[in-house]
Amino acid sequence: MDIYTNEGKKEIIKKFTPKTKVLKNTLLAFIFGGLISLGAELLREAYIYFGMSEKDALTLVGVTLILLASLLTALGLFDRIARYAGAGTLVPITGFSNSVTSQALDAKSEGLILGVGAKIFTVAGPVILYGIASGVLYGIIYFIYLYIIR
Amino acid sequence: MKRIKKLDTPPRFISWCAVGGYEEKNGPLGEAFDLCDESDTFGQKTWEMSEGEMGRCALNLALSKCSLSHETLELLVAGDLQNQCVASSVGLDSFGAPFLGIYGACSTCTEALLILSSMIESGAVTTGACVTTSHNSAAERQFRTPLEYGGQRSPSAQWTSTAAGSFVLTSDEELIKNAKLSNVAISDFMIGRIVDGATADGSNMGAAMSFAAAESIIEYFKESELKPRDFDYIVTGDLGKVGTSILRAILEERLPSAAGKHLDCGNLLYDAKRQDVHAGASGCGTSASVLASYFLPRLEEGEIRDILFLSTGALMSPSSVLQGNTIKGIAPVIHIHSSAD
Repeated sequence: MDIYTNEGKKEIIKKFTPKTKVLKNTLLAFIFGGLISLGAELLREAYIYFGMSEKDALTLVGVTLILLASLLTALGLFDRIARYAGAGTLVPITGFSNSVTSQALDAKSEGLILGVGAKIFTVAGPVILYGIASGVLYGIIYFIYLYIIR
Repeated sequence: MKRIKKLDTPPRFISWCAVGGYEEKNGPLGEAFDLCDESDTFGQKTWEMSEGEMGRCALNLALSKCSLSHETLELLVAGDLQNQCVASSVGLDSFGAPFLGIYGACSTCTEALLILSSMIESGAVTTGACVTTSHNSAAERQFRTPLEYGGQRSPSAQWTSTAAGSFVLTSDEELIKNAKLSNVAISDFMIGRIVDGATADGSNMGAAMSFAAAESIIEYFKESELKPRDFDYIVTGDLGKVGTSILRAILEERLPSAAGKHLDCGNLLYDAKRQDVHAGASGCGTSASVLASYFLPRLEEGEIRDILFLSTGALMSPSSVLQGNTIKGIAPVIHIHSSAD
């Protein structure tokens, strides 16, 4: 083994570092993500059943999921579920809710302005920035399609 | 250049103490810790202050175990993982002792012992103490993601221990004569070199540090008249599972007699089968608390005679890693010898 050059060391590290269990993680993410989606669909049906319009029901489903994820985060349960669920809890709106709530909880000790206020979107920031940026990009493309091409 | 410094007046350990939190209490060494707070808070409102209080408890207990007043301390060498070593300064100010705050990442424990030994050897001080702390929650906040963030950790990631170790060392003959514990001393040391870890992956620090540990062990035995067989154990700080397998593979090839003697504090502190710690423990409290709870008592009893002790440090910052810089490793070495009958 070559331990005196960077290439040699990189090779050694690669050889001994365990790989992430992709198949297991994907399967768990599929199951947990699927269950969350199923729950959301049941919620939508329930809201419509109780007399809400389709549009209102959809909005309320999002709000409910955000609230539940936020609550579970505050109770210290979300990260324990996410340890197994991985992308299953990260990809739906629950992941976004958790990233904001957990950061808010963490920054609490540093005050409401420079702590919570300044740091609340540290983890969620990339999603917000690139979410909005891709929205704008899509809007431009849609505009060109609608008014210029057609 | 000679790197090993032999100590003519080997400073003696007259007291030590290990303090931990929930996972440490429930690990295999939990019973051997002097104090554990399973809430991890140590009665404080923030995790940063909890770490400071844990360090204060560790030194207070060590001083009371050898019935020494804080006024006897001529030097306090301490460090932790927080920015600007703030846990050490908030935790230890009440002792009023001359203070050196040091940062060696997870190599802090050995670095502190090494600095204090050489100060004692030089005659600048006769009695001093070392304190090293790390706190899982404070470290997660500083280096990784918020505590309640729901993410999956890589299998090579390690668990920063909530642990502190404190040690009282002296060359004062009167103190040594009256001390209940005085069989163990530091007989020589070797300052570590900065060795490139060849990875910028903050979830694989064990691997990054393993090369520094290998360099230190190989260089030590090149220069020393002692052989690996003269030691009961060669103990590294917090290489964890991945770093341990790399170090042992390197030693098998270059210094086979040392490979069989190797133990890692990161693998001793937790039971990886029972506790969700992935590749083992990390953090500078790991080697400090394992030295105080596992090795020093056995050395004092004479059950083991000599250990080569290297806390391993991953020198990096969250920014340096994001900027793609590789993690540098360091592994200072101390030789701890027991003169028990």
